[in-house]
Amino acid sequence: MSNIKRRDFLKISAGLAAGAAGGVPLLAQAQTAWKPEKGAKLRVLRWKRFVAGDEDQYMKNVAAFTKKTGVEVRVDNESWEDVRPKAAVAANVGSGPDIILSTFDDANLYPEKLLDVTDLADYLGKKYGGWYDVCRQYLQPGGKRWIGLPLGCAGNAFVYRISQMKEAGFDSFPRDTAGFLKLAKALKAKNHPLGFALGNATGDGNTWTHWLLWSFGGKLVDDKNNVVVESPQTIQALEYAKELYQTFVPGTLAWLDPNNNKAFLDDQISITENGISIYYAAKNSQDPKIKAMAADIGHANLPIGPVGRPTELHLFFNQMIFKYTKYPNAAKEYLRFMMEKEQYEPWQQASIGYVTHPLKAYESNPIWTVDPKHTPYRDCMKIMLPNGYSGKLGYASAQCMADFIVVNMVAEAASGSKTPKEAAERAQKRAERYYKV
Amino acid sequence: MRPFLDNRNALGLAFMLPAAALLLVFLTYPLGLGLWLGFTDARIGRPGHWIGIDNFESLFGDSLARLSLFNTLFYTVIASVVKFALGLWLALLLNRHLPFKAFLRAIVLLPFIVPTALSAIAFWWIYDAQFSVVSWLLVKMGLIDTYIDFLGEPWMARFSTIAANVWRGVPFVAICLLAGLQTISPTLYEAAALDGATEWQKFRHVTLPMLTPIIAVVMTFSVLFTFTDFQLIYVLTRGGPLNATHLMATLSFQRAIPGGNLGEGAALAMAMAPFLLAAILFSYFGLQRRAWQQGGGDK
Repeated sequence: MSNIKRRDFLKISAGLAAGAAGGVPLLAQAQTAWKPEKGAKLRVLRWKRFVAGDEDQYMKNVAAFTKKTGVEVRVDNESWEDVRPKAAVAANVGSGPDIILSTFDDANLYPEKLLDVTDLADYLGKKYGGWYDVCRQYLQPGGKRWIGLPLGCAGNAFVYRISQMKEAGFDSFPRDTAGFLKLAKALKAKNHPLGFALGNATGDGNTWTHWLLWSFGGKLVDDKNNVVVESPQTIQALEYAKELYQTFVPGTLAWLDPNNNKAFLDDQISITENGISIYYAAKNSQDPKIKAMAADIGHANLPIGPVGRPTELHLFFNQMIFKYTKYPNAAKEYLRFMMEKEQYEPWQQASIGYVTHPLKAYESNPIWTVDPKHTPYRDCMKIMLPNGYSGKLGYASAQCMADFIVVNMVAEAASGSKTPKEAAERAQKRAERYYKV
Repeated sequence: MRPFLDNRNALGLAFMLPAAALLLVFLTYPLGLGLWLGFTDARIGRPGHWIGIDNFESLFGDSLARLSLFNTLFYTVIASVVKFALGLWLALLLNRHLPFKAFLRAIVLLPFIVPTALSAIAFWWIYDAQFSVVSWLLVKMGLIDTYIDFLGEPWMARFSTIAANVWRGVPFVAICLLAGLQTISPTLYEAAALDGATEWQKFRHVTLPMLTPIIAVVMTFSVLFTFTDFQLIYVLTRGGPLNATHLMATLSFQRAIPGGNLGEGAALAMAMAPFLLAAILFSYFGLQRRAWQQGGGDK
């Protein structure tokens, strides 16, 4: 199913229709389109684009939807961290946008306010080779109904300067944490420091510190939501963070989400963790110096730690339809339309893969191979772990993330303001407050 | 209808109704709701149940909440004292006969007029670890070798945010005190001059006593604004580094909205009320207008 073409779709759809006509019960239930209510209008709230191509193509797709169905769609854009409070208020007061594109585990905070989209998820999953496992963890709590539709994730990778890596004596980017630390030290010795956000940076701070913790086998909670962060594995991860921090550029304790992008493009750091937006910005820059840097930018998936498998966290995007919508069918049809290959793949292409797909079939989107520098971002959804790993998602996991417990723990230990043991103890106490009930 | 229109009291009440309604809807109700939420376990998307003082107890045991209380007190005390000193100084300067007096006074107000979020973004650039214009200048002048880590070191970050707050708050204090200075009758200074008072004595025994009522009002407002500051911190540091600049207002938002725990966020916001009330009472009883300032005798 991974190499599916448009013509194949038609065949499959035709087959489904024939099956339905033939009265095969399972196929008869499979719905392929939702008929929008008469006079339906939709309001969509989404996070503001990180790369320009995204919004342009998204709005083209919206226009195509309106042309096809006659349903008027108003799309509002908000800075991604402002979407969460707005979605929360909408859930609370029971009115607002019909559809909200939000982040991380938001849907798990008010699942009973969200429209069941199991039929839609089943339809898309069957058609496009299935959803990656992590989608179910985010949006199919307890393996029952789907409370939202995955949109994908803003994948993060290590963004590095190829020439500086070579200067430090490495031909390729290390695949494991031990090798990565060696590279970091060698780069620092050549006066090419690294830079990773250690301030209260919701996106970049959370993603790389969780990767670090998990890669050594540490985690905030176990499968039963018991807080277990105070562990030898965590201490090991924090010791590693302490060593890595010695190779950082000054000021990272204050870094928020935009800082690493700016520092990297200004040639001040050799490696950071980020989405493909730095590369996108360099490629499309008017400044010839920055444009030239694009050729020297490399991407690598986050190294694998002692646990022996990828442990990445990425900014997961969900699409939620609220129960209060007057036009549930129009809303479902909208999401179906936007997720279909004809719309989804051009949208991914326009943002050069800023959003990694949740459906396996889109692995074959040419955007991932047209430039080898895009490829690491292709697998982000496949290899990522969910927020609150390895416990259940809900209020406690959202609160721990919002309170920057892991970010603060790593920052405290890395900067030496607390010993790794003290930092882990404090994180344990802070997390226990949230997981007590 | 007629008796009603003739009744001054009834009519007075009727005229007050719209204002009272506005106050009830936009002030009393949100305040009451906040207070109520503080005693519940309300979450986003889920109504709360009464849980008494659980939230407050839990916050008391939370090291981050205690740190935010310390940060808030430190931030408020230092920033208010500096704002008062600089504001008074500026007011005294502006009270003199200067060329372009009106123009200068207008310029002084500028930091206060610029939206906080905008000036915070300007400070974010000024304090940036990599692109700080201050560091750049000092390095170019050969005074320092490495960029100053304004927001990256806990104490440095505290003082940097305080400096930004002071920059923003001084004009308000200065202009209000200037208004107060201009109400002091010149005859008092003449009388003092005839008695052979020095400049310091004039300030100490004429200016300062006559200014206390204004100082009380201005500083009460200044303390209230500083204690509840949110935008500046949110833009500059989000409470970092290592939560060294997390104020109660920013932590309350972090817990209530991104964290989804409306009850705890409201409780944290409500925990600010006693401090604010104390500030108001202090200025009300400690610094209010004395009888002698209005020509009465000392009591």
